[in-house]
Amino acid sequence: MKDAFGIPQSLLVLGGTSEIALATARRLIARRTRTVWLAGRPSPALEAAAQELRGRGADVTTVAFDALDCTRHEEVLGKVFAAGGPGGDVDMVLLAFGVLGDQAHDESDPLAAVRVAQTNYTGAVSAGLVCAKALQAQGHGSLVVLSSVAGERARRSNFIYGSSKAGLDAFAQGLGDALHGTGVHVMVVRPGFVHSRMTANREPAPLATTPAAVAAAIEAGLLRRTETVWVPGTLRVLMSALRHVPRPVFRRLPL
Amino acid sequence: MSSDTAAGTRPHPHRPAPAPAAAPASASGGAMSGGARPSAAGPAGTGGLMARSGSTAGAAAGPPHGAAEGAQRVAVTGWGRTAPTAARLVRPGSYAEAVAAVRACGRAGARGGIPRGLGRAYGDAAQNAGGAVLDMTALDRIHVIDSANGLLLCDAGVSLHRLMEVLLPLGWFVPVTPGTRHVTVGGAIGADIHGKNHHGAGSFSRHVVRLELLTADGEVRTVERGTPLFDATTGGMGLTGAILTATVRLLPVQTSLMCVDTERTADLDDLLARLTATDHRYRYSVAWIDLLARGASLGRAVLTRGDHAPLDALPARARRAPLSFRPGRLPSTPGLLPEGLLSRRSVGLFNTFWYRRAPRAMTGELQKLSAFFHPLDGLPHWNRIYGRSGFVQYQFVVGHGQEETLRRVVRRVSERRCPSFLAVLKRFGDADPGWLSFPAPGWTLALDVPAGLPGLGAFLDELDEEVVGAGGRVYLAKDARLRPELLAAMYPRLDDFRALRAELDPRGVFTSDLSRRLAL
Ligand SMILES: Cc1cc2nc3c(=O)[nH]c(=O)nc-3n(C[C@H](O)[C@H](O)[C@H](O)COP(=O)(O)OP(=O)(O)OC[C@H]3O[C@@H](n4cnc5c(N)ncnc54)[C@H](O)[C@@H]3O)c2cc1C
Ligand SMILES: NC(=O)c1ccc[n+]([C@@H]2O[C@H](COP(=O)([O-])OP(=O)(O)OC[C@H]3O[C@@H](n4cnc5c(N)ncnc54)[C@H](OP(=O)(O)O)[C@@H]3O)[C@@H](O)[C@H]2O)c1
Repeated sequence: MKDAFGIPQSLLVLGGTSEIALATARRLIARRTRTVWLAGRPSPALEAAAQELRGRGADVTTVAFDALDCTRHEEVLGKVFAAGGPGGDVDMVLLAFGVLGDQAHDESDPLAAVRVAQTNYTGAVSAGLVCAKALQAQGHGSLVVLSSVAGERARRSNFIYGSSKAGLDAFAQGLGDALHGTGVHVMVVRPGFVHSRMTANREPAPLATTPAAVAAAIEAGLLRRTETVWVPGTLRVLMSALRHVPRPVFRRLPL
Repeated sequence: MSSDTAAGTRPHPHRPAPAPAAAPASASGGAMSGGARPSAAGPAGTGGLMARSGSTAGAAAGPPHGAAEGAQRVAVTGWGRTAPTAARLVRPGSYAEAVAAVRACGRAGARGGIPRGLGRAYGDAAQNAGGAVLDMTALDRIHVIDSANGLLLCDAGVSLHRLMEVLLPLGWFVPVTPGTRHVTVGGAIGADIHGKNHHGAGSFSRHVVRLELLTADGEVRTVERGTPLFDATTGGMGLTGAILTATVRLLPVQTSLMCVDTERTADLDDLLARLTATDHRYRYSVAWIDLLARGASLGRAVLTRGDHAPLDALPARARRAPLSFRPGRLPSTPGLLPEGLLSRRSVGLFNTFWYRRAPRAMTGELQKLSAFFHPLDGLPHWNRIYGRSGFVQYQFVVGHGQEETLRRVVRRVSERRCPSFLAVLKRFGDADPGWLSFPAPGWTLALDVPAGLPGLGAFLDELDEEVVGAGGRVYLAKDARLRPELLAAMYPRLDDFRALRAELDPRGVFTSDLSRRLAL
């Protein structure tokens, strides 16, 4: 169960090697989280992540999970929910998997673009619905979805990724409304540029932030049961301005 | 569990408390009976039941409905309004419906049930995510008032407020009252509550002669005091079953007024010294501490102690209706208040005002009973002032001889500048035998803190370490955040409790968010 501050005792991460997710797990383990499932594509990195969290006092299990293999989501994730934590439940699901793709290349390789869309959107719709159903049966829990500012307004430089996040964002918002009153809380997290593996070879954008900062924002959102979290918070203002910039101008902005 | 393991309990299905013919359960009107379903709860009764979209709004106050399978889920919280979870709200209107509801809770996949009274526990004790919450407040009959012997037989869903309305005119009072009248007898037993008279009268369970308990198997057992099941149930947070009725010993009073002595103490040491020296002279005693005071006035407090006023203490006019009970009520706190209303500054100002307003020393002041015991009840829904994140009440007890720990905690809270309204300090007397009963001889301190205060979780964890280190414990009826690993150290009879529950309720039909969180 979550405590008075919204901190879960058990956590399921989808995308178990995600740097943002692991920063979040570390932060929650330092408070109350004792049981963690890291779901992801089996790899030494996944095992290493599990080992690192064990060193922090959590009881960690890795689960083979591929976002693209939607037909198996129900079975794979169903097992986690059936096992449950000490209290028998999964108190929080962090939907963190995602791929950035390579916009320049993917524009001329539609199948590569489809992979981005399928991972970030289709995979999330499938896994999100499976988890939402299980959380609803429990009558409590948070589903935290890592969206992105890139989904807020499609940009010339990364509209394939951006559109997939736009779809994910809209899906998660709708899901949150559908689950209102069921005890389940859906939080949409919209980080800007985060220094992580995903962005390692890229030029940092203005207001660049860190996985630890995203983790802190998620913890604060859990306390207040916030539905939308921007990281950093100033992006909320910035994006609401950018949203209204006319297309001809927007097109020419160096974004 | 079979009856032989809990000596003194005998199951008898579906047949609670045969009320003596003189006061049939269905009696209506007249002071001898609670009548049919009085508005015991009043507008404050819906505490943390937040009917949401698509759910039966106001279900808590609606007509009783039985073990309806299809009952809508509603979001439920405790008085602190933290960590809401959704549950099927079932409000049995008869013992038979209660039995059916418990049976339904035991079905595969049903996620059990937990009894709920008026939701005045601060944390998650009366919540059960995904399962059923059994709202017991429709079972609120007063069956027998034995005026000769001061004994009461009533349903567990009746509120102490209602009992006061009925009993005071007859010259009787509840044996123990908490800081609010809006709690049920079932909640009073389930949390084994204490009042300002704990140093002399012990906790609520000391005055309970027997109770009738609806257990996981759907049986109703008569549970006598002195039996293991009694001791597991008093303070057992609803996890041994649903209490249907209780027989309670009452306190005779001559008037409905209180005769009160008030003193201001300069600091914490002054306060502890006065409580130690003279508490035994008073039936009721409590101190309100200003935890925002610092330096030389660290722990300054207003100490109020008193007793029920005897008839001859009343002025001639008041003697004509010495037992009238008319608590006042202010308009309810608005539903939406901006967070941050409770700044350190505003709370500090309030606390200072409160301290200064109190007389330095005053004796024999006549006060209304409600003003003395339940000042907050005049302001329904005051818990909303904490805004969206809600608040946490931290209450602990440490033994006599652990004053140093108490001082350290007070100093730390003060240094941290928690915007905490007047905290309550009390000197407890002897403990009662409930296995998870909170009170123990020593000092108890309770403070309210907004849950949104940054770093509060970690800070309270540190206070827990102090408390455990001193052999103390925190109060489960207030808890919403304790680290589960500390529970066994705080409650040495925890293993007995778990063992009894494993036997009595092997499938965990009675389950709450609290029991899940702390693996009770
Ligand atoms: C302003 C305020 C002041 C308070 N002051 C004090 C105080 O001075 N001393 C003190 O001890 N407490 C105090 N409390 C706490 C309160 O007395 C307890 O939490 C009490 O249990 C609340 O009763 P309730 O009927 O609201 O029960 P709930 O809050 O609805 O339930 C509390 C527990 O009792 C169980 N329970 C309820 N009904 C039954 C039943 N029929 N059978 C079995 N179990 C049942 C529930 O399962 C739950 O575990 C205060 C609370 C408030 C809001
Ligand atoms: N970094 C940023 O600037 C930024 C900004 C806004 C939003 N986000 C979002 O935040 C989330 C986490 O990003 P991050 O920065 O932590 O990046 P990251 O470290 O690269 O994490 C991405 C995760 O997605 C997993 N993944 C990719 N494809 C998968 C698939 N088919 N099945 C299962 N898992 C798959 C990866 O697992 P493998 O180890 O198997 O590859 C990895 O765990 C992503 O959704 C990202 O879009 C990131």
